[in-house]
Amino acid sequence: MRSIIASIRLVIVTMLICVVGYTAFIWGVARAFAPESAQGSLVKSADGKIVGSALIAQKFAQPRYFWPRPSAVDYKADAAGGSNKSPTSPELIDRAKTIIAQYDASPANPLPPELAAASGGGLDPHITEHAAFYQASRVAKARGLSQAQVEAIIREHAFALGGFFTSDRLVNVLDLNLALDALNGLK
Amino acid sequence: MNPIPFSALIVLGTALLSWPLGRYMKWAMDPDLSRNPAANRFDQLFHRFGGRFCVTQQNWKQYVISMLLFNVFMFSVSFGLMAFQQRLPLNPDGKGPINIDCIFNTAASFMTNTNLQHYSGEVSMSYLSQLGALMWLQFVSAATGIAALAAMARGLSGRKQMGNFFLDLQRATFLVLLPIAIVVASLMVFGGMPMTFLGAAKATTLEGVSQTIARGPVAAFLTIKQLGTNGGGFFGPNCAHPFENPTFWTNILASVSIILIPMACVWMFGRIIGRMRHSAVVFAVMFVFLLGKITGAVWFEQAPTQAFDRLPIEQTVGNLEGKELRFGTAAGPLWAALTTCTSNGSVNAMHDSLNPMTGLMAMIGMWLNTTFGGVGVGMINMFLYVVLAVFLAGMMVGRTPEIFGRQIEAREVKLAVIALFAHAFFVLAPTGLFAAIPAWGARTLNNPGPHGFSEMLYEFSSANANNGSGFEGLGDNTVPWNIATGVVMMLARFIPIILPLAIAGSLAIKRKTAQSAGTLGVEDGTFGVMLFGTILFFGALTFFPVAALGPIAEHLQFMR
Repeated sequence: MRSIIASIRLVIVTMLICVVGYTAFIWGVARAFAPESAQGSLVKSADGKIVGSALIAQKFAQPRYFWPRPSAVDYKADAAGGSNKSPTSPELIDRAKTIIAQYDASPANPLPPELAAASGGGLDPHITEHAAFYQASRVAKARGLSQAQVEAIIREHAFALGGFFTSDRLVNVLDLNLALDALNGLK
Repeated sequence: MNPIPFSALIVLGTALLSWPLGRYMKWAMDPDLSRNPAANRFDQLFHRFGGRFCVTQQNWKQYVISMLLFNVFMFSVSFGLMAFQQRLPLNPDGKGPINIDCIFNTAASFMTNTNLQHYSGEVSMSYLSQLGALMWLQFVSAATGIAALAAMARGLSGRKQMGNFFLDLQRATFLVLLPIAIVVASLMVFGGMPMTFLGAAKATTLEGVSQTIARGPVAAFLTIKQLGTNGGGFFGPNCAHPFENPTFWTNILASVSIILIPMACVWMFGRIIGRMRHSAVVFAVMFVFLLGKITGAVWFEQAPTQAFDRLPIEQTVGNLEGKELRFGTAAGPLWAALTTCTSNGSVNAMHDSLNPMTGLMAMIGMWLNTTFGGVGVGMINMFLYVVLAVFLAGMMVGRTPEIFGRQIEAREVKLAVIALFAHAFFVLAPTGLFAAIPAWGARTLNNPGPHGFSEMLYEFSSANANNGSGFEGLGDNTVPWNIATGVVMMLARFIPIILPLAIAGSLAIKRKTAQSAGTLGVEDGTFGVMLFGTILFFGALTFFPVAALGPIAEHLQFMR
């Protein structure tokens, strides 16, 4: 009996401190020091409309935009997930063939691997700088820009993922496409 | 950066950090009250929180009963919160009711520190369910493990009274987990992780399509899930979701958080029993196993995605299916090894899409479940192997086996062997059952052939190791899966806590024998090798056949 009372008291105390107190404190830290990212790093257009999140991939299928990595959940950001297919699965071969046709890849011009492999959460916002260059001629043609202009934008937005420690360079696809739209808007 | 030194740096750095933390945990969990006025004041506060019953000293049986009783409350309260979530507040996206077998599975899963998830967080759970039911259990279930280890250590140091569960639970929650969680969660917030009570954001993409972006109080939840070897994701894809792991740096911080407290538990154990050399030997054995599994995972994952062979796709980097780019190439397999060696179970890459032999490395982690293991319980599991190794060594040289100055007799060895065989049985028997009944097993699979078998094997290995990761292609939100894994998780949680406590209780009342030249030590390299061999042979003999049917068969069949 006494241990039942002790259990109930501990349920209440741990709830109050670990759920209410701890959560409120971290929420306060977030509100004070990182209000933008705390709400999901939302990206807004010039007229204040939410166009997406800097951390979340969105679907791009038009030739004038850079395309993100494939998503097993069709970029649904309220039901994320991966393909969960074994790397030996025949279904991956079929999916890759569709993608190869979209990019018009060939043995002379092979596709960068991340453009054929679905990301873990289906929402990976990045592609490598290399995969962006791979798409540059298509984007340039669709927008009436020179390839050099598009490549300059890629270089401007590429970053080393771990700063000083890493050599791989990534670009954020939404970031890149917003920059392209801004450039076209100026013309 | 080259993946091997990258991984080694993270693991070595964390090992260094675990030393001072282990010292602190001894200070917090088993204070010498005469020389520790601060802990004394905390204890008085905890007495006030928990009532007078917290002062009573308990023997091992009373301690176990209190632990089980509190776990019943943990289960019931979280079950109730989830069952009525549609009528309770903090539900901005209007999540509806969850089916009852899934609630049973989830409550069992989070109570047992497993965090196997047959639901998808952002689809099914309200913020109140996430925080009040699940995150709460992430604190107190981890604290239960640390408390049990402290009690076992007290018994092994010769005390018949093992402390008081209600007091130990508060010490572990408020003095160990909470302060570290506050620091790490704040860093995660600075790293760009969401922490909001607003509902999902509605966006209109550049191509004019609408996108609903689920978010929530992620940073608080994520941190304790890593520190307490819980591993349950706020979102379905766990730490592969950009909101649960936004950058290269949050990924490193999370990797460190996964193994920090399990490592420190080994040192805490050594300090309580007063035998740091024994802890050092155990730590070294665990560390060798951990490094072996990391090296294997990183190595096998360097093979490119096999399905893309012969297609016009570059084969220059490793397998990228199910991985995120922002963590770098080594981060997926490193994490896969860390999360399964400890009983964490969070993932930053989809384990179902790992190369077959990398998936095997993850399964080995769960089969052994002692190479650091879950907070508290990892060291408790290791103690079972220590007993077995001492017994075997004694048999080999024809001496009466003893540990920490007390004789190991039939009763102790029996208990240890029962616990170890229960571990093997609850992986193999249900996997066989589900493989035999197509309606339960085969029809829920996402991949054909040996990989499909691996999906079932992984699920029960994970439930049994209280790990919680999965080959998530498995359609596991069905009544048979929910009930079977729920029951396995509970048996696999409590049997390996109760039996070692019984061993400690039985050793504590034995007369201490004097150390002589004939005593087999447990504090030197010879014993380390013996322990290493015991674990290796026990694991290999038990699990090699199923490994051959699943991942090894797939590797030999497909990988070139």
